[in-house]
Amino acid sequence: MAKGIVKKTFLAPLGKDNPVFVQVLGICSTLAVTNKLENTLVMTLGVMFTTALSSWTLSLMRSWIPSRIRMMVETLVIATYVILVDIALKAFYPEMWKQLGPYVGLIITNCIVMGRIEAFALQNKPGLSLIDGLASGLGYAYVLMIIAFFRELLGTGSLWGYPILGSWWTNWSIMIMPPGGFFMLAIFIWVVREVVLKEAKK
Amino acid sequence: MNEALFPVAVFFAAIFTNNILLTNYLGMCSFLSVSKELETSAGLGIAVTFVMAITTALNWLVYRFILVPFSLEYLRFIVFIIVIAAFVQLIEMIIERYSEGLYFSLGIFLPLITVNCAILGASLFMVIREYDFITTFFFGLGSGLGWLLAILAMAGIRMRLKTAKIPKGLEGAGISLVIAGFMAMAFMGFSGMITI
Repeated sequence: MAKGIVKKTFLAPLGKDNPVFVQVLGICSTLAVTNKLENTLVMTLGVMFTTALSSWTLSLMRSWIPSRIRMMVETLVIATYVILVDIALKAFYPEMWKQLGPYVGLIITNCIVMGRIEAFALQNKPGLSLIDGLASGLGYAYVLMIIAFFRELLGTGSLWGYPILGSWWTNWSIMIMPPGGFFMLAIFIWVVREVVLKEAKK
Repeated sequence: MNEALFPVAVFFAAIFTNNILLTNYLGMCSFLSVSKELETSAGLGIAVTFVMAITTALNWLVYRFILVPFSLEYLRFIVFIIVIAAFVQLIEMIIERYSEGLYFSLGIFLPLITVNCAILGASLFMVIREYDFITTFFFGLGSGLGWLLAILAMAGIRMRLKTAKIPKGLEGAGISLVIAGFMAMAFMGFSGMITI
């Protein structure tokens, strides 16, 4: 494996092919938990684990899967990894498991996971697919962490549960309610696209 | 609250106060990509409502009578998604066979539905909230109708926006998310109407 390809595969999802702000994919399952940094981190780690390992597994199996039942096989593999995440969370982190509720299970229908498998893993070698899955998960994670950072900070004046802004700060409670998630993501996409547009002009 | 009225309350709560799209962000992918035209939105919305109402009830039966007795609850993700996929496939075959008109207006949306997170989400919520069978059916139906309402409103607003001058960076997904945010705020006005 050439080193250049590995690097390119790893960096593309972090920047110009980012699943969230370029393709606007897969925000369903995680946007709901971005009102707290801690929840977001756990959720995005789950997505990263699932994307990386299911890409790897399906890439290993790619020459044996009949294309007619491809989707079914993909879903089963993804669901297996999501069940692992769910069981591990329930065993080691029951508080968090309760808070995340149904959203862990919804990683199965996260479009990024299946999107990366269809677009990348089925045509590439297992090692490279693993890197691609991991990088896509990472590209997804950092965007949602930024959104969660602003939502928690503005909405509750604290970060990771610790008060940061002090008593003078009036909480913008709208930020931790559902509309805040939509607005924050819209602002993020806007800022990123303006920057990209400006660079393209140069 | 009156026991007998609980399913009705859940039904209205699922449409207005706990709208599955605007408060739980479920079904965003198809919501953002399909809401450009009113007609296609209506088609997809109706298909989602139908599939959600039936599969949530089906999944309740499967969960209660197969998974729980054999303590296989941890398999629910796989089982639910298989039930949903199988049901969608079956419906597609049935309407293709019996109604060509319906197939062309609704059938094209069916494959999209299997990967719609709102459908699986409704089934998972029903398990966590421990609804009984009747409540589950009304919850599924209400969630579907709520989704239909949200996507229709969105499509209506987006059609009006076609002539508007939008900042370059906000075009497409950005402006849709802003609209969704305002819609979520409007729907917050319903809160307090029903508490479940």
